[in-house]
Amino acid sequence: MKRILAVLFVLVAVTGMFAQDFVFSNASEPTLDPSLQTDTASTNVYLGLFEGLVQYDPKTSRAIPAVAESWTISKDGTVITFKLRKNATWSDGHPVTAQDFVYAMRRILDPKTGAEYAYFPAMVIKGADAFNSGKGKAEDVGYKAIDANTLEVSLTGPAPYAVDMMAHSSFGPVPQWAVEKFGNDWTKPSNIVTNGPYLLKDWKVQEYLLMEKNPKYWDAKNVKIKSIKVLPGDNDTTNYNMFKNGEVDWTHGIAVSKIDEIKLRKDFQASPQVATYYISLNIAKKPFDDVRVRKALAMAIDKKAIVDKITKAGQIPTDAMVPPLAGYTPQKGAGFNPEQAKKLLAEAGFPGGKGFPAFTYIYNTNEGHKAIGEFIQQSWKNVLGIDCTLQNMEFKTLLDLRDKQRDFTVSRNGWVGDYIDPNTMLELFISDSGNNAGNYKNADFDKLIEKARTAKVSDRYKIFQQAETMLLTRDQALIPIYHYVNLDMIDASKWGGWYPNPIGFHPWKFMYKK
Amino acid sequence: MTKFIIRRFLSLIPTMFVIITLSFFLIRFAPGGPFSSEKKLPEAVLQNILKKYHMDESMPMQYLRYFNDVLHGDFGPSYKYKESTVNELIAQSFPNSIVLGSVALALAVFAGIGVGITSALRQNRWQDYLAMSLAVIGISVPLFVIGPVLQLAFSMQLKWLPVSGWYGRKWPLTLILPALTLSFPYFAYIARLSRASILEVLRSDYVRTARAKGLKESAVVLKHVLKGALLPVVSYLGPAFSGIITGSIVVESVFVVPGVGRIFVQSALNRDYTLIMGEVIVYSLILVVMNFAVDIVYGFLDPRISYK
Repeated sequence: MKRILAVLFVLVAVTGMFAQDFVFSNASEPTLDPSLQTDTASTNVYLGLFEGLVQYDPKTSRAIPAVAESWTISKDGTVITFKLRKNATWSDGHPVTAQDFVYAMRRILDPKTGAEYAYFPAMVIKGADAFNSGKGKAEDVGYKAIDANTLEVSLTGPAPYAVDMMAHSSFGPVPQWAVEKFGNDWTKPSNIVTNGPYLLKDWKVQEYLLMEKNPKYWDAKNVKIKSIKVLPGDNDTTNYNMFKNGEVDWTHGIAVSKIDEIKLRKDFQASPQVATYYISLNIAKKPFDDVRVRKALAMAIDKKAIVDKITKAGQIPTDAMVPPLAGYTPQKGAGFNPEQAKKLLAEAGFPGGKGFPAFTYIYNTNEGHKAIGEFIQQSWKNVLGIDCTLQNMEFKTLLDLRDKQRDFTVSRNGWVGDYIDPNTMLELFISDSGNNAGNYKNADFDKLIEKARTAKVSDRYKIFQQAETMLLTRDQALIPIYHYVNLDMIDASKWGGWYPNPIGFHPWKFMYKK
Repeated sequence: MTKFIIRRFLSLIPTMFVIITLSFFLIRFAPGGPFSSEKKLPEAVLQNILKKYHMDESMPMQYLRYFNDVLHGDFGPSYKYKESTVNELIAQSFPNSIVLGSVALALAVFAGIGVGITSALRQNRWQDYLAMSLAVIGISVPLFVIGPVLQLAFSMQLKWLPVSGWYGRKWPLTLILPALTLSFPYFAYIARLSRASILEVLRSDYVRTARAKGLKESAVVLKHVLKGALLPVVSYLGPAFSGIITGSIVVESVFVVPGVGRIFVQSALNRDYTLIMGEVIVYSLILVVMNFAVDIVYGFLDPRISYK
C-alpha cells in the first residue's frame, strides 16, 4: 500500500510540473466521432480535434475558411465548389483530401451508422435524405470529389445558410483507413487520427480529456494555447465554485440559483442566441382552437416582468418566434395588453373567465420553469379569471406526453436554432413536423416555407416574414416568451479570442492568453 | 455448514434472475426513450438507430438477446456514450467508487467507534451531548447539503482543499471532502450504535468482575468491553459497505467523482437502457453478495446462530 501511495505521489508531482494552459468545464462527457456527436459538449471537443471545410467565426458564428481555403457558389445557388488547401494533414501524416469529406458524408448518412445528426446534412444536401431513409444510393449523395483538393457539393435548393451549417461536426471529415481498421474503437486515444489544431493526448471517461497543440496542423503557428483540459462536470453549483476558485477558466451554463450574485461579476458573459422559450397551446383542443382565446392568453402575460424578475440573466422578452437577425425583422404576435385580453376572451364567450374549462400547464421539473409557470398562472388568473393547474414532470416524460402523444393542453416549450436563419425557427410549425406539438395546421404556411426553400436569396426573408405573420400576428399559434441567451463564465481580461456569439461555439485556435 | 453455504449461494441465482427480468421491462415502461429529445428525430433517422441497436425487434426477442449477452458477460453498448461499451464504463468507474467507499467506510468506522467509546464513558456529560448532537446531525442532514457546506468551508473560505475533481495534480487531496461527506451518516450511525452497546456491556456482570479484580479502567475497556460491544458494529459493516458503494450517487455528483453513482443518475435520465441495466446488475450483485457474506459471518460471531 505504501509503495502504491509513493508511486501515486510521484505521478502527482510529475503531472503537476506540466501545468495545463486552459481548463474548461464541459457539462457532460463528449462523443469524439464527428458522425455520432449530438451535443454541445461534443462540439466543443470537435472544434479542437477536427477541422471541417469551414469553421465558425469566433465573433459572428458565420462560416470562415478552414480546410477549404475558398469556395464558389453557382449562380442558381445550388452548387458549392470548395477548394481545399494542400497543406492540411491528418495526425498520421495522410493529407486531408476531398475524398475524406465524401467518405464522412456517406458514413453519417448510411442507415447502418444510425447517426442521430444525419438529419442535419439531410436538410440541405441533395440525395442525402433519400440515402439516409433507405430510398437512395450513396453515390447519389451530392458530395463529389472532383480531385484531391476540389469538392463539389450539390444542395436541395439555394440555401444561403448551407455554408454556415457546414462548420457543424456532422459535416466534419473522418479518416476512412482508421475507421476501417479499428471499427467502433477508432476514437480511443491510442487509435484516433485527427486533423484539427489539437491532438487527443489522454481521455479518461468521466474524469478528463486532454488536448495538446498539434505541431503538424497547417496553421500551427497561429495556435496559441498549448493544452486544453476538458472536465465533464455537470453540477452547475460545483462548476461555479470551481470557477470562482480559479480551478477552471471557462464554464458554459451557470448556477441559476446564484444569478443575483453572478450577474454582478465582470467575468459573466451573456449573449443572445437563436433560440426561443415559448408556450405550446394545443390547437386541437377546445377552446384553444379559437384564435381569440389564444390571443387573450398571450396578451395577459407581461414578458418583460418574467425576464426582469425571474430569469434575470439578460434574456430578451419577445412576441415573435424568430429573434432579430441581420436583414430580418421578426413579425410579432400579440403583446402585453390586459384590457384587450379581457375583451377578446369575452368575445370568445368567456366573459371574466366564466365557463372556461379547467386545464393543466405542464413543464419539465426545474426551478426556473416552475417560477415562470407560476407567474403565467397568476397572470391568467388576475387578468382573465382563468384557472390552470401547474404540473411538473421529468423531462423525457414530458417529451413523450407533449411531442409524441400530444396529450396535453398547455406546455412549456423551447427551441434552439441549428443555424442563423429564420428557417430553423419556423419550419418546425409545418403541419407534419414532429416538433409541431401544438398541432398548428395551415396549408398556406406550409407552402410559404416550401417556397422559401427554392426562392431567390433576395426574396427569402420576405417569404419568412409572411410566414411568421401568419403563424403569430394572425393565428397566435403559440406564445413566445423570451429569446434565450448563452450564459458563460470566462474572464475576458485574461483570455482573448473568445467572444459572445449567437451559436455559442468557440473555436480554440483563435484563443490566447492576454 | 458447507451445505448451508452452497444452498444459500445457489439462492442468489434466482434472485439475480428476477432482478434482471424486472428491471429490463420496468425501465422500458418509463415514458420516453434513449433517443427522445427536445428536437424530435425524423422518423427515418430514428428507425435507423432502432435497427442498429436491435430495438426494432419484439420485446421478448430483445429480452432474450440481452439475457444471452449478459450470460456471456457482455452488457452491450451504451446508447449515450456511443463510443464506449457498458463493460468499459463500469470497469473505468467502479474502482473509483470502491476507493471512495473504502476510505469513507474506514473513516466512519474509526471515528464512529472512537466517538462512541468517548460518549459512553462520559455518559451524560458535555462530551456525550456534543458527540450525540453531531450524530443526530449526521443522520438527519442529507448529503447534498453536507457536501456543498464542506466545499464552502474548506475550499471556498479556507482554500485548503479543491472544490471537486478526482485524479490530476491535487490527488489525493481531492479524495478528502467526498470521503468525509459520504462517511458522515455512517459515522453517526456507528457512533450511536457503539455507544449504546458499550453502555450495555459496561453494566454486565463480567465487566463488574473485571473491575472487581482490580484491573485498570483502560484494560477493562480495551480487553473486555470493546470485544463484546463491537459485535453489532461488525455485523453492520456488510450492509454499510454495500450501502456506501451504492449510496454514493449524490456525493459523486456534487464532487464530480468519476464513479458508478454519477453515471447511474445520468443513465436513468438519459434512458440509457443498457447502462442502467449494467449498473443495476452490478449494484444488486454487491447487495446480494454482501448479504450472503454477512449471513455466513454471523455464524462465526454469534454462537446463538447455527446453520442447519
